[in-house]
Amino acid sequence: MTKIPASKDPALLQGRRPRLVVIGNGMAGMRTVEELLTRAPGKYDITVFGAEPRVNYNRIMLSPLLSGEKNFDDIVINGQDWYEENGITLQSGDPVVDIDRANKTVTAESGLAVSYDRLLLATGSMPIVIPIAGKDLPGVVTFRDVDDVDVMLKAAESGGRAVVIGGGLLGLEAAVGLQARGMKVTVLHLAGHVMERQLDASAGYLLQQELGRRGIEVITEADTREITGDEHVTGVWLKDGRHLDASLVVMAVGIRPNGWLADRAGLSVERGIVVDDFMTTSDPAVKAVGECVQHRGQCYGLVAPLFEMAKSCADHLAELESDGYPGSVTSTKLKVTGVDVFSAGDFSGGDEVEEIVFRDAGRGIYKRIVLEEGRIKGAVLYGDTADGAWYFQMLKDATDVGELRDTLAFGQAFAGGSVGNPRDAVAALPDDAEICGCNGICKGTIVAAINEQGLSSLDDVRAHTKASASCGSCSGLVENLLAVTLGGEFEADAAKPICPCTDHDHDTVRRLIKAQGLKSMAAVMQALEWKTADGCHSCRPALNYYLLAAWPGDYVDHGASRFINERVHANIQKDGTYSVVPRMWGGLTNPKELRALADVADKFDIPTMKVTGGQRIDLLGVKKEDLPAVWADLNAAGMVSGHAYGKSLRTVKTCVGQEWCRFGTQMSMSMGVELEQMTWGSWMPHKFKMAVSGCPRNCAEATIKDFGVIATEGGWDLHVGGNGGMHVRATELLCKVKTREEVKEYCCAFIQLYREEARYLERTAPWIERVGLKHVQERVVDDADNRAALYVRFLKSQETSQRDPWAERVKESVDAHEFSFLQAAE
Amino acid sequence: MTELLNWVDLGPVDNIPLQGARTYQTETDRIAVFRTVDGEVFALVDRCPHKDGPLAQGIVHGHFVTCPLHNMVFSLETGEAQGAEDGCARKVESRIVDGKVRIGLTSSQMGAINAG
Repeated sequence: MTKIPASKDPALLQGRRPRLVVIGNGMAGMRTVEELLTRAPGKYDITVFGAEPRVNYNRIMLSPLLSGEKNFDDIVINGQDWYEENGITLQSGDPVVDIDRANKTVTAESGLAVSYDRLLLATGSMPIVIPIAGKDLPGVVTFRDVDDVDVMLKAAESGGRAVVIGGGLLGLEAAVGLQARGMKVTVLHLAGHVMERQLDASAGYLLQQELGRRGIEVITEADTREITGDEHVTGVWLKDGRHLDASLVVMAVGIRPNGWLADRAGLSVERGIVVDDFMTTSDPAVKAVGECVQHRGQCYGLVAPLFEMAKSCADHLAELESDGYPGSVTSTKLKVTGVDVFSAGDFSGGDEVEEIVFRDAGRGIYKRIVLEEGRIKGAVLYGDTADGAWYFQMLKDATDVGELRDTLAFGQAFAGGSVGNPRDAVAALPDDAEICGCNGICKGTIVAAINEQGLSSLDDVRAHTKASASCGSCSGLVENLLAVTLGGEFEADAAKPICPCTDHDHDTVRRLIKAQGLKSMAAVMQALEWKTADGCHSCRPALNYYLLAAWPGDYVDHGASRFINERVHANIQKDGTYSVVPRMWGGLTNPKELRALADVADKFDIPTMKVTGGQRIDLLGVKKEDLPAVWADLNAAGMVSGHAYGKSLRTVKTCVGQEWCRFGTQMSMSMGVELEQMTWGSWMPHKFKMAVSGCPRNCAEATIKDFGVIATEGGWDLHVGGNGGMHVRATELLCKVKTREEVKEYCCAFIQLYREEARYLERTAPWIERVGLKHVQERVVDDADNRAALYVRFLKSQETSQRDPWAERVKESVDAHEFSFLQAAE
Repeated sequence: MTELLNWVDLGPVDNIPLQGARTYQTETDRIAVFRTVDGEVFALVDRCPHKDGPLAQGIVHGHFVTCPLHNMVFSLETGEAQGAEDGCARKVESRIVDGKVRIGLTSSQMGAINAG
């Protein structure tokens, strides 16, 4: 054990706090600062330089960010307020370019110079770019930060093929993410099987098969010669003469420690910045942690060792006694939903070792455990990784597994003699078993926190122990620990399944449709293990909606999964007849339309005509077989379907506004017409109604609509989340805007957010009550970029959905079978 | 007592959409003919026992149909209401012969003209 000498800091001698400058605002640097703040709050004046213009985020979550399972807010570790609360000065978007060790000063690109007493280098690593022709073309990216993800997302918008160079962990995550975003993906890998550093050939083969099933092509032993293109990448040449077209090329061939700044400052740098067990570099005033360092000859590219380094470094900065960092044994998991891959230790085999191999071809399971002198030396698991933590623990502890040998491959439940209940398995773990690999948190620590601090949910545990707060793959283990520790008091906050056909809730299904690139009803039911042959009347319409929302313009609507009203585009009534409501834009009509309506009513003996609550005219009592003829006559008069039967935009109600009213302050009728013409035909989780009032007297009753617009003297008030119905709810004010163009943009952005986030059959009122108005405002009002993106996505989807379903059935005979009887053969 | 059935040929099975239904009008009843996801064909009188809901307009799932009026679920095999509900829709015999759908109607269902 090394004792820290008493501080001889010049700062202390001068009676001020010593200054700590951190270069690098990533996971390792900020974890060190977090650990330091818990050990010695206020000990240092801290300044952090970050090259990226953002707060500290979770880089290992870039894959879910790419696939759409998470958004940026979900992966922020410490927001702006954290820096402020802890008195940390953050210089983001301003990389340090020079370290002057003699004068103890760092200089950033902007010219800003800051003096330090202690310097912490957390400069991370750089993606390796293979030095081939075309590597600098637009459309060639690495997969390292949020900017890279943005480039990929932008490329994915226009579809096409992506080539990912590198079939390692990162490359495969990029490939799956891009495929989820709708691109055709080919992975080029130099070695004979994917993830060769983590997997042996057998597991690599199984993984490659799985990727193939998901439509991702993998070419192994593929040596890239050149990237082609003039102004933008167009493809890739392989050395064997093959050419692949590509509109995006992702280089994910590896990372190398980023030590150039340290090297320039004259510190000892080999592969990485050389540090001792206390993370001190060759200069005692300078420390280094993370992927940029080389410790006992090792460089690490995984998060768990970085966090262990952070602890050790924080101990030392806080001048606490510690044993120092002994180095890490690492394990790996692939963060791709639905693919379970685990590996740890050395599994290269050889003469000295014994191997236990278990294969279950039917279930796609492969396990290989490498033993040396009765101890686990390495393990590779594919398909069933539940026992990964158990093997890894025994590997780190060098447990003698001689007695377990015969049953080792069957896992802990079998070896321990208990049935395969995950809670029993967790209960059987020793206190020092590691639960969260990323953060190095043991079972005992979590159980103690649950008991002592009265924690009762996964979020509590995350907040107090950091367990499961990084990659999240141990969430299930933590929940089981909660259940074991709290007994009957704990109920996993499992959301309600959609219906008895599945155990999944709406949000999970929605997420997995995107993440796994599921594009048909059958694919969803197969991949998510539906319990019925083809679902039921509850889940099928919901799945149809989620697929439509996930893949607009791509997914083909499944008529047999729609309620009859949406199948025949009219409202079924109690006697089995239908009612027909044509659109009257903004509630306006004219003699020609009224004549057509009167004629249709006469011609087809329509018994009832009624003005609806949304200012349209309803024709009630139409026989199903007459529907196409009724529509044909209405179409001929220029009228289209009013979608009065659909989960879609219903009506835009208006008052007479400034056009006629002596109190009107703005033109509400034309505003209503424009809104309706922009949004008609759009599909929604539930019915959606709008209204526009020309002055605050609000004659159009805009404050009980899903989206209400009220004109004021200086502009427009935009209201959201109102409805009539069983529980009347008045709207809340979303924001005020000035121009008609803004009304339209905000309207579309709001609708799009609702369509992308609400559950099927959830109207805007309960949705907003569930997520909070603030959530909606942050995305639609505060974030102009996001609003613009939502607006564009809405308009894009309207290109394919704004078609009159009546005309399609009249002119193109869509679903003709619906409207005619079966006939007996002669 | 077994009534003698008149087998009516309703044409190729493909005329009925998968997971869907079509109707056949007799003199007295409307018959709903369903085709399930596994390709089987079933027939019921097109009226639910609850409020006369037109079953052919419902969503077909497994060997069940959900009534479009009030979401009661009926077995296509027996016509029985599922779950806690009571009631039974009238079953009509059906079979597929050479790719064609046939339903078996009683003389009274055939109506006055054919029954004569």
